[in-house]
Amino acid sequence: MLHIVACIKQVPDTKIIKMNPKTNTMDRASAPAILNPYDSHAVEEAVRLKARYGGFVSVLTMGPPPAVKAIKKCIEIGADEGYMITDRAFAGADTLATSYALTKALEKIAAIRPVDLIICGKMTIDGDTGQVGPGIARRLDIPPLTSVCKVVEINRERGYAVVHRKLEDGHEVIRSTLPCLLSVEKEINEVPYSSMPNMLRAARYQPHIWSVNDLPDIDRAQLGLKGSPTIVSAVWAPPKPQGGKLLEGAPSEQVNQLLDVLLERRELLEVGRS
Amino acid sequence: MNFDDYRGVWVFLEEKDGVIAPVSLELLGAGRRLADKRGSELSGVLIGEGVNILAASAFEYGADKVFVYDDPIYRYYRTEAYMRAMLACVEKHKPEILLYGATSTGKDLASAVATDLPTGLTADTTQLDVEEDTGLLLASRPAFGGNIMATILCKKYRPQMATVRPKVMKALPRQPGRTGAVIAESIPLREEDVRTKVLEIVRATTRRVRIDEADIIVAGGKGLGSPAGFQVIHRLAETLGAAVGASRDVVEAGWIGHHHQVGQTGVTVTPKIYFAIGISGAIQHLVGMQNSGLIVAINKDPAAPIFQACHYGIVGDALEIVPMLIEAFESALGRKEEANAGKV
Ligand SMILES: Cc1cc2nc3c(=O)[nH]c(=O)nc-3n(C[C@H](O)[C@H](O)[C@H](O)COP(=O)(O)OP(=O)(O)OC[C@H]3O[C@@H](n4cnc5c(N)ncnc54)[C@H](O)[C@@H]3O)c2cc1C
Ligand SMILES: Nc1ncnc2c1ncn2[C@@H]1O[C@H](COP(=O)(O)O)[C@@H](O)[C@H]1O
Repeated sequence: MLHIVACIKQVPDTKIIKMNPKTNTMDRASAPAILNPYDSHAVEEAVRLKARYGGFVSVLTMGPPPAVKAIKKCIEIGADEGYMITDRAFAGADTLATSYALTKALEKIAAIRPVDLIICGKMTIDGDTGQVGPGIARRLDIPPLTSVCKVVEINRERGYAVVHRKLEDGHEVIRSTLPCLLSVEKEINEVPYSSMPNMLRAARYQPHIWSVNDLPDIDRAQLGLKGSPTIVSAVWAPPKPQGGKLLEGAPSEQVNQLLDVLLERRELLEVGRS
Repeated sequence: MNFDDYRGVWVFLEEKDGVIAPVSLELLGAGRRLADKRGSELSGVLIGEGVNILAASAFEYGADKVFVYDDPIYRYYRTEAYMRAMLACVEKHKPEILLYGATSTGKDLASAVATDLPTGLTADTTQLDVEEDTGLLLASRPAFGGNIMATILCKKYRPQMATVRPKVMKALPRQPGRTGAVIAESIPLREEDVRTKVLEIVRATTRRVRIDEADIIVAGGKGLGSPAGFQVIHRLAETLGAAVGASRDVVEAGWIGHHHQVGQTGVTVTPKIYFAIGISGAIQHLVGMQNSGLIVAINKDPAAPIFQACHYGIVGDALEIVPMLIEAFESALGRKEEANAGKV
């Protein structure tokens, strides 16, 4: 049976988050925690593939205990099972340490039920790197396929997948061996409203929760802050454009003033025209 | 890990339609500055089929050396093949800093290489600097939906790696005739070792102006009222040779395809000039364009948030202002052409 695991993360809704202007830190309480929007497409794609080929959809997240809510959201979308790894030891992880911890959890999931396909979102809206998916694939030594905008075929018996990878000016059709890992674009699907049975199931659902001690052969030195090669050394408020200069006068005068400003950058306009 | 073994600044040179991609030339410009500060060499890494000849232009844009992996196995970008080449090159020649364009190819390759080395990787950098004496790379980027800027360091590993957004760094002026050393490299890699195959490449039939690489973007929003109103955006873009951008609401209304959407869930752009016309300036839109060089807003509501984020604003009806602007440009730019014609 085709077993697909979607990796998902709970994130603060960065569009309404308030920043503490003194410390430049996020006031996490000011923003609701949501399922990373890109990851909802990853789960939806897994659910669609299950509908097409039959199979089983698991979701996996690493995060603090409240992230159970994000798993429930995935159950609403149609996932069958949820796994969460949560432990102080994971805190402060960058993408390398995150992919390590998730890989250890994926190995444990695979021991329960062999995994054919892993699907990640394009990126998270808080980490915003898109690096965790390919990182997991490299650690499991399976092909990473990023920018996936369509799944053409999954053939478990013959062990291959065919997908479209989005390019800047079109797409490429790729055939990969299975298992492999896909990072999917948001246009791959639309996530419909959840069905009533799924919502009822989600309300009652309790995911499997593992701490670091539940993960076999784990090297603690590679976890969390201490396992992270990158560190944040400084944060500051982004420079705001100074201008905000509203032009004045009749519309035609304003147009002429704007023209003068832009003609100072004439070389650009000429490049544009050539 | 002995840090002294790691020297020099490298740039992954991405090939695009038979030339080096603009973002790679920009990175050579940025890399040159870092290498000079460290008193070290700037090198490029070229991977592909028939890419040997591109080394010459890398030298003209600042590289001292170019490592070349030229083989049919690299005909199309494939993570595993390119990653093997890059890993071998890094292990052999040990750079201190390795930069990639934050394009789909650059990000894909960098993530894989970082995991295997392993080393730290900073994504979507918009500012780069280096500590002169220690070689520590200061890679800064917008974070949390553009709410803050953060400087990321990688103190314990070498090389230090970053992907860098297109259109943020400056390429050096081309120095015709400047040359350097081409170093041909190869690794024993067979087709059977690569688990993915590119079956087909499908180019979009409509010639889409790439908004992520455009110098000028004319973006329109819901304020244009209708698909017919939105046509003034296309006309202004045409006059300026600009790409067309849009807010999400316009894309969702079906006035234009989603490739044009700028913002948090669209494309992040950093053109030299960005026109926001009939766009209110929601934070999700702003995060996608606020690093543009010059932002011009046209909106009929003086309280629209876009006016906080722009450099120059016109309060007025876009459907009246934009046609005037098109006419003004056409005569200004047209006069220039006549003047040139007169000289011949
Ligand atoms: C999770 C999430 C992600 C999102 N991602 C994005 C994203 O990536 N990109 C994005 O753009 N949005 C995004 N949005 C939507 C965003 O919040 C705004 O709704 C959207 O940007 C508004 O589009 P608009 O400015 O075109 O429309 P409106 O907000 O309706 O603004 C129209 C503006 O036009 C002005 N106007 C009206 N008539 C005229 C006229 N005749 N002449 C001149 N001005 C006129 C009005 O004063 C108004 O300011 C996202 C939202 C969410 C919740
Ligand atoms: N903590 C996490 N738990 C589970 N999956 C994650 C986590 N962080 C990142 N991912 C997955 O990796 C993708 C890319 O994340 P990022 O590299 O943070 O942009 C996300 O869309 C998720 O699919």
